[in-house]
Amino acid sequence: MAEVSLKNVVKRYGALEVVHGIDLEIAHNEFVVLVGPSGCGKSTTLRMIAGLEDISDGEIAIGDKVVNMLPPRKRNISMVFQNYALYPHMSVRENLGFSLKIAKRAPEDITKAVDDAADILGLTELLERTPAELSGGQRQRVAMGRAIVRHPDVFLFDEPLSNLDAKLRTQMRVEIKKLHSKVKTTIVYVTHDQIEAMTLADRIVIMKDGHIVQIGTPLEVFERPVDTFVAGFIGSPPMNLIEGSVKDDHVVFSDGRSLPVPPDFTGKIANGRRVVFGFRADVLMPKGHTLAESGVLHDIDLTIDMAEPLGSESILLTTLGGQDIQARMHNPRPVTSGEVLTCELHLEKCHLFDADTTQSLRG
Amino acid sequence: MSRFRRTIRENAVPFALISPAILVILIVVLLPLLFSFYTSFSNYKLIRPDTLWDWIGLRNYERIMGDWDFWVAFGRTVLFLTVALNLEMLFGLGLALLVNKITYGQRTMRTIMMFPMMFSPILVGFQFKYLFNDTIGLVNNALQALGITHEAIPFLVDRWWAFFSIAFAEIWMSTSIFAILILAGLFAMPKDPVEAAKVDGCSNWQVFRHITLPFLMPFIYIAMTIRSLDVARAYDVVDVMTGGGPAGRTELLWTLIARTAYDDARMGRANAMAYVSILLSIFFTWYFFRKLMDARKHLGAF
Ligand SMILES: Nc1ncnc2c1ncn2[C@@H]1O[C@H](COP(=O)(O)OP(=O)(O)OP(=O)(O)O)[C@@H](O)[C@H]1O
Ligand SMILES: [Mg+2]
Repeated sequence: MAEVSLKNVVKRYGALEVVHGIDLEIAHNEFVVLVGPSGCGKSTTLRMIAGLEDISDGEIAIGDKVVNMLPPRKRNISMVFQNYALYPHMSVRENLGFSLKIAKRAPEDITKAVDDAADILGLTELLERTPAELSGGQRQRVAMGRAIVRHPDVFLFDEPLSNLDAKLRTQMRVEIKKLHSKVKTTIVYVTHDQIEAMTLADRIVIMKDGHIVQIGTPLEVFERPVDTFVAGFIGSPPMNLIEGSVKDDHVVFSDGRSLPVPPDFTGKIANGRRVVFGFRADVLMPKGHTLAESGVLHDIDLTIDMAEPLGSESILLTTLGGQDIQARMHNPRPVTSGEVLTCELHLEKCHLFDADTTQSLRG
Repeated sequence: MSRFRRTIRENAVPFALISPAILVILIVVLLPLLFSFYTSFSNYKLIRPDTLWDWIGLRNYERIMGDWDFWVAFGRTVLFLTVALNLEMLFGLGLALLVNKITYGQRTMRTIMMFPMMFSPILVGFQFKYLFNDTIGLVNNALQALGITHEAIPFLVDRWWAFFSIAFAEIWMSTSIFAILILAGLFAMPKDPVEAAKVDGCSNWQVFRHITLPFLMPFIYIAMTIRSLDVARAYDVVDVMTGGGPAGRTELLWTLIARTAYDDARMGRANAMAYVSILLSIFFTWYFFRKLMDARKHLGAF
């Protein structure tokens, strides 16, 4: 059993503060993904949980034990590093069994644990090789195997898939998900890839500049982003964000066009307020190319600049309120540039953010 | 045959161009080598040049086989080499680990560390000869002034103290070779496996033992190779400090060879000894080089 709890954790390098007092409660067996742009402090946070970095302020607990002063070896954690960090002078078998050997486990136990882990990860044929003789994907699996042989309280992953090609990454993502259901352990996983975050996480923690911006399930952060940063970061393509001001239940954009205030927000927002109107490409679709869905629809004519056919759908590039935005076309047909299409916008799936604070205006 | 001629003709220009280099090597290296090898089969005495043509076959070598003094010097050299290399390795490792921890003034420390290497070995010999002298030596005076000893320790006279003193000088002079090479290894050492080991449950000592040390081994073996060649032909420090004496108590191979060649003027005999001694150097070089190759084999992924 191991919950992980961070209370007002701060990290300073000299005078430079890079993590500004974050709070995070992770439940037993939960799969939490830390996601955010480069340099936002994800690795630093993970390394503080591991004990590889000192904590400048605050408290970290694993289970019911405060671990602030404990060295990594006393925390019963496993970590998978971004560049694998295998022991180059040991064979794969020795790499996998190293932690057990250090823990002075009986040789037969070690052999069995290593064989089991190798079996799970398909490493059985590679056990006698050294890391230098492995491909990137194989090294990645060894790093993973080294983490799972010991049944730790917490798994820590620091961008374990970022060095792999797209296909292998998808495959390993599935493996990790399976692994989690098999070994049932708390996992903290760092990535800057929002797809990885969405597919793996029980809960996503979105970080920016050393702060936590939002914590929630993948659906929550996708459907109810707390600010424009999250809205732009989560989801692909990123959410369309258009600045305008509110006038009589409409948001009027700089080019004079307008959209109705979404139903969730009607009556809550004063006239003249500067807002950002946000919606995803998935909720703006040309008539006749929508998914059969009901809801509050609003028709709008858009001049298409370009279409990007993806096969089963096309992404349409167009402009609204002086902003480049994207729409999605199901059952696509060829679209010529400059063509005007009438599109349907699912108003109840739209968002409003304050233009100055960037915060969501949802109550 | 015609093929050989053709090769010669086609490569005439390159051959012509490297021939001066070959010639110089022949004259400077090969001829003296052949000459000394020849003399080891002769009864050549420096003071009687005509003895150069006095061919005596393997007699010099046979004599050496039965020469107790030679084998004592041989054994002492091996012991000296073992003691000096191991202690230099330990001190060098310790020094490198300490310097590696320093964050402020590390450059200065590294330079200071090199100082002993900058002195001529002869001067190092003199320096320690006077430090360890039993009447005027600084060490004995200090020990007595502090009341630690009441009589002078015969640092350069007693068999074991003299061995200790010479080894001390040698180690003082050359520990920095190990320190520098090991420090280079520490600088090149990747951080990740160390962190992985910490997470895997290693204490600092275990990290050092299982991760850092294997990584440093190639660097240590390089230093060992260099130093084994150096120490196997140790001469200057020993000659200055004790001259191999008193009464041959600190005789090493090369002080013995020098004495045979120049004091006794028996050049043929000395050359034969030198050829036997070289086997020692060759053995150590081969041994450490093999160790180096073994240690390097696995480090491809570091
Ligand atoms: N040793 C250090 N000294 C000073 N600043 C550091 C140090 N290590 C990291 N930082 C700074 O801390 C911030 C957070 O770094 P961190 O490695 O946690 O980022 P990250 O979110 O993991 O980014 P990435 O996705 O690129 O790995 C960065 O701005 C970085 O410059
Ligand atoms: Mg990082």
